[in-house]
Amino acid sequence: MSRLRLATVWLDGCSGCHMSFLDMDERLIELARGIELVYSPLVDAKEFPEQVDVTLVEGAVGTRDDEEKLRAIRARTRVLVALGDCAVTANVPAMRNPFGPQAAMARAYQENATRNPGAPTREIPVLQARVRPLHEVVPVDVFVPGCPPSADTIHYVLQELLAGRMPDLAGRSRFGA
Amino acid sequence: MNAGIKTLRIDGRDVGARGDQTILQVARENGIFIPSLCYLEGLSPVGACRLCLVEVKGAARLLPSCVTRVEEGMEVTTRSERLDRYRRMILELLFSERNHICSVCVSNGHCELQGLAEKLQLTHVHFPYRYPRLPVDASHPRFVADHNRCILCTRCVRVCDEIEGAHTWDVMGRGIEARIITDLNQPWGESESCTSCGKCVHVCPTGALSEKGRSVAEMAKRRQFLPYLTMMRTQR
Repeated sequence: MSRLRLATVWLDGCSGCHMSFLDMDERLIELARGIELVYSPLVDAKEFPEQVDVTLVEGAVGTRDDEEKLRAIRARTRVLVALGDCAVTANVPAMRNPFGPQAAMARAYQENATRNPGAPTREIPVLQARVRPLHEVVPVDVFVPGCPPSADTIHYVLQELLAGRMPDLAGRSRFGA
Repeated sequence: MNAGIKTLRIDGRDVGARGDQTILQVARENGIFIPSLCYLEGLSPVGACRLCLVEVKGAARLLPSCVTRVEEGMEVTTRSERLDRYRRMILELLFSERNHICSVCVSNGHCELQGLAEKLQLTHVHFPYRYPRLPVDASHPRFVADHNRCILCTRCVRVCDEIEGAHTWDVMGRGIEARIITDLNQPWGESESCTSCGKCVHVCPTGALSEKGRSVAEMAKRRQFLPYLTMMRTQR
């Protein structure tokens, strides 16, 4: 049996969901027998590959760069999982939405800067007007709320997908968990 | 009140009730769960949140069980696919209307909105979020009002008026612009009618009203006092 081609992606989030993923601890070794990790902040692949079975997406869509990545991921992924509250609800990154991106940039790079105040003009992606949850941009197959979802919840999701079933998250995790 | 005894069926179960009781009260007495947010035992019911809608045989529309009195021979259904769908939709609308960010909320883990979302198996919100820009009033020396978390249930308005007798809280504006206010829309700390009793904080179902100094997930509410206070006011 060929192994499940898994990718994990980190968009506008804090990487806490990836930390929770790593918190599966010794269960990772067991999972690794059935999984090939083809793309992730945890491995060295530079390009998002074709024909991925499952992609766990952490984080919201806050920049055009995020949006382009997400659209490419969707096109190359069979089962797209919104992992954690930022992906599901836009969560903390969306706290800038009532104020707008200019105010957020000014806060970070002008008002609180003690040396060289001024927003960077290159190498970082431009913020979009609003941070959005994944499903406002592309169709999502599985929603896993939680900030972060527990290691047990992520383990359940992967086990179900490995068994060829769609995980049912009802009652297993909640917003802000 | 001599309202007589009524018998009715809730979810196929025969139950007895006093004629002055509502469907919701009778259901709860019999351990039948009906979700609600604006209803709180000890306060007058207002039928605002619509989560407690039920199906009543012979009625063309859904009825809010918190303000519908029992009738002889009534047949009530509290759970169905249609009710589940509507209830989830109501919760999704509440989440999308303001900035409920559970992970950084003082009431995370103690919130009735969050709890119902979990109980009614909500995994995401289908509506686009509105992200309104709303104030946080921290002018009171002991309490905070965060309008981002308010669902306009008016429990604070009712407890302040009916139990404390101060009527500091009220609602201004209409529809999506509605907002709870203290006195004549003054900062809470400058309110002349507020007695700083804190009842509003403890009946608030979400993190909209909280005690100062509470961090994320630290604001557990205590509202066991309410039925006793009501009893004291009405049955002395």
